Amino acid sequence: MTVLHHHLDGATLLRYASGDLDEAFSVVVATHLAMCSECRRAARAGEEVGGRFLEVGDKAELSAGSFDRLMQRIDDDGAGQFADSAEARHGADGSSDVPAPLRRFVGPSLKDIPWTRVAPGVRKHAINISSATSSSLYMLNIAPGRAAPEHGHGGAEIAVVLSGAYRDELGRFGPGDVADLDEHIEHQPKVEQGAACICIVATEAPTRFKGFFSRLLQPIVGI
Amino acid sequence: MRSAAHLKQPANEFELSVRRCQHAALLGRIAKVGDRSAFEELFVFFGPRLKGMMMKGGADVHAAEDLTQEVMLTIWRKAALYAPAKGSVSTWVFTIARNLRIDRLRKQSPYAYEDIEALKLESAEIDGENAVMGNQTAEHVAQALKQLPATQRKIVELAFIHDMPQSRIAEKLELPLGTVKSRMRLAYGKLRLNLEELQ
Repeated sequence: MTVLHHHLDGATLLRYASGDLDEAFSVVVATHLAMCSECRRAARAGEEVGGRFLEVGDKAELSAGSFDRLMQRIDDDGAGQFADSAEARHGADGSSDVPAPLRRFVGPSLKDIPWTRVAPGVRKHAINISSATSSSLYMLNIAPGRAAPEHGHGGAEIAVVLSGAYRDELGRFGPGDVADLDEHIEHQPKVEQGAACICIVATEAPTRFKGFFSRLLQPIVGI
Repeated sequence: MRSAAHLKQPANEFELSVRRCQHAALLGRIAKVGDRSAFEELFVFFGPRLKGMMMKGGADVHAAEDLTQEVMLTIWRKAALYAPAKGSVSTWVFTIARNLRIDRLRKQSPYAYEDIEALKLESAEIDGENAVMGNQTAEHVAQALKQLPATQRKIVELAFIHDMPQSRIAEKLELPLGTVKSRMRLAYGKLRLNLEELQ
């Protein structure tokens, strides 16, 4: 397994564990988790906190006959028990270059993604998710050598590299690495020569685009 | 609820840890033979706590009862997927509850919420990654939480028990969002450090 150098922020891990991240952000976080056993362990520690609170938390009395109604439902369902094997279906195909949490959104193969050209050297694939969230989720395919102007991160943005790599002041971001950056960090990323860099990105409601990836889109969105 | 009447509210950590071992055994019986009395014992323990958790998170009595039923149904169906190496039964139940709650909120989404644990991940290293028994971890988490400074603990509680988004925690505590974020980060760092020391 590739050694990853850039991991999730502690606050992000706790938010993931408590269920506070919206759909766009949890998909990107899950993508990194699928590629990073260290962060998976870390996320589990966060979930243990939830388990602990559940154990010692306040109880609320259930309505009368609650258990019997549940068993009735189980009986009505027929067999009902045991995990459906559909569960294991994702990830069964080891040849896929799309991490398991992303596969149901974009299919099993990066080469089949229907990119749309949005700026010179930048192609995008938007993923439609819940209308309940104002965040957006999309993939970017950025040409080799493409650079972004130096910038800080005003709005939340999180990205995982799926293929290719880019470099900035923080180092090299290759496949599996996550850019989960504090808003105060200033950097100037540049995609490495030789291969395009494909990323999955979640961006918060854009009043102003400030992150690297959203900046690449700025010319087209016209903000 | 006859068979589980002897299970009282735990008085101390020792009882809780005994309870955790029992829970894992009960889940095993459900998975292997569909043991209904084992399921009832789990229901008696987790049912009221799940309903309490849902109500604290803002669900009304009916929605909370409804969600509790869904969580328990999922426990029955997926008992075979529980692996002790992944953590305590309480943690597993918590993640089921969390995922169902997220799913409710995301009804508009064309995609059901999918937990990372439900995905079969490719690497063999992943399956053997966690040698620590879940029970032990659960005890350590309890200790690690106690060691958090009150201001950080509060934020963790609001996030987990009251299911509050970061922005609402900031409003409630009248703190800038950045402060909530950095306290959360500090809290997480300390939890992790304490957990690593304890293990």
